[in-house]
Amino acid sequence: MSFPWAEHYTPKHPAMQWIDEKLPLPRLVYNAIGAGYPVPRNLNYFWNFGVLAGLALVIQIVTGVIMAMHYGANTLVAFGTVEQTMRDVNAGWLMRYAHANGASFFFIVVYLHIFRGLFYGSYKAPREMVWLLGLVIFLLMMATAFMGYVLPWGQMSYWGAKVITGLFGAIPVVGEPIQTWLLGGFAPGNASLNRFFSLHFLLPFVIAAVVILHIWALHIPGSSNPTGVEVKGPQDTVPFHPYYTAKDGFGVGVFLILFSILLFFAPNYLGHPDNYIEANPLSTPAHIVPEWYFWPFYAILRAFTVDFFFVPAKLLGVLAMFSAILMLFFLPWLDTSPVRSGNYRPTFKKFFWILIVDVLILGYCGGAPAAEPYVMISQVAGAYYFAHFLIILPLISRFERPLPLPGSITESVLNRHNIKGEQDALPGMGADPQPSNAG
Amino acid sequence: MASVEHTDSQGLSGEGGVRRRDFINIAAVSFAGVGAVAVVIPLVDQMNPSADVLALASTEVDISSIQPGQAIKTTFRSQPLFVRHLTDKEIAEADKVDVSSLRDPQTLEERTVDGKKQWLITMGVCTHLGCVPLGAGEGENRGEFGGYFCPCHGSSYDTAARIRKGPAPKNLEVPKYSFTSDTAILVG
Repeated sequence: MSFPWAEHYTPKHPAMQWIDEKLPLPRLVYNAIGAGYPVPRNLNYFWNFGVLAGLALVIQIVTGVIMAMHYGANTLVAFGTVEQTMRDVNAGWLMRYAHANGASFFFIVVYLHIFRGLFYGSYKAPREMVWLLGLVIFLLMMATAFMGYVLPWGQMSYWGAKVITGLFGAIPVVGEPIQTWLLGGFAPGNASLNRFFSLHFLLPFVIAAVVILHIWALHIPGSSNPTGVEVKGPQDTVPFHPYYTAKDGFGVGVFLILFSILLFFAPNYLGHPDNYIEANPLSTPAHIVPEWYFWPFYAILRAFTVDFFFVPAKLLGVLAMFSAILMLFFLPWLDTSPVRSGNYRPTFKKFFWILIVDVLILGYCGGAPAAEPYVMISQVAGAYYFAHFLIILPLISRFERPLPLPGSITESVLNRHNIKGEQDALPGMGADPQPSNAG
Repeated sequence: MASVEHTDSQGLSGEGGVRRRDFINIAAVSFAGVGAVAVVIPLVDQMNPSADVLALASTEVDISSIQPGQAIKTTFRSQPLFVRHLTDKEIAEADKVDVSSLRDPQTLEERTVDGKKQWLITMGVCTHLGCVPLGAGEGENRGEFGGYFCPCHGSSYDTAARIRKGPAPKNLEVPKYSFTSDTAILVG
């Protein structure tokens, strides 16, 4: 697709030739994820998470469509049909636990995928569009996950829906009409449940469509790699199949083992017991928390406790929470360093790990009760999160002195493997590209 | 193509003017745009509360059996509604407060109907994130100001259901209501 030396699709079987003339779909697949897509030869296991996210999406769609066959989107029966799925439907428990834990695994691999991109500078030119489309997928995932959590119509479902739609109520003037419009009533009810079900069924297919755009945009410049140095010739790449289908296959195996451990041995570990109580609009659970993958953003939401300049604290929290994600859309233009990979950016690397710790702290605070010291910690950690992207990153880009880059992907690979004696023989393998000595 | 040019030259309305074709083009596209917007209106409006939901938009409550000091929890627009019969002591406590010191300054008079100061009718929805405060039920924690207490994030309301402590920005909302008789109210 992207490089002139890519292998060409040449169907041998007459039937395949016939199809190729009429609808070259096998050719498209061959060029996208087959031998026709040349990929840098030095990808490490962090490059597995795109494929794993795709697998998680497939698991969610398959188990979700099956769950929908046994579900009744009506407040009178919703809770009961989910319990019936668990107890009476053949393998229903497996489908529901796989779907609920599958959502968690989807977020785990997507968060790792995002932090991979942050560390290796995958968002930089010429791959900005890949990054932007990825964020669109992330936003769609969050909307889908939120609406899916409402469907079992347990206590957390109901009160989660109330709190999250209540966020829109914080917007001045139009807030409350928007909230009523979203819910189709004055509180979460039958109308809300039905529309959430409809959209929860639709959005995964929208995500699948954006995933196709994401891959399309990726395949124009081709995949990035751990050195961040662009591909310079055929010696820098290997065909996606069989090299990376094999490497991704290994990753898939590890993913499925970990998924199975949670699914079969601790299926409720990431859930909340309150959601096994049917929704009751007259009684609030003592501690309302969203699912773990929303915790860092929930912590930012709750970090605002005082009004600033007539802007109510509640509205500030809502704006900050949405900004925390929307800000990432500007990342390709906030980080102006021409060096992509964090491996060659000593200052950036330190702050990257501080950011990871910061986000973990935010996540912990988001899951904790809204009391001191968690509120104060959230305020500091939330402020740092914004400072990282808006202040620290642009400053690092300006003042940091990156380490010398390898001349090419092949050079860095050979350097790493000839090693020992030769490493000293190649001091400061410079910024200037050198002729490759690969076959 | 010659014929097109011919038509164009006929469509010219003086120097630098608008060609007839441009006008038709803009008019047609604008009209299609109006049509598209008109179609979007019902597509968006269908998500607003339906007639049966709005039909439940008002609730009648019989208050004859609520003794001073008691409160009941009922529903209005499928959200909890607190109807509370204040004691003289609670009214005095509410009146004693310096209104200007409050986060959401309101007097008890402003929050009740004229001459029915003992009837405090509010939504049972905390103005912070929408939890149901405690205090309407028998023996529930009424917080340090004797009104309502929200267990979610610790907002305390006083005997006029005004916010006194905690993260909530506003007093408990007083819905529109009227007394249909001495022992009944119509909310909504």
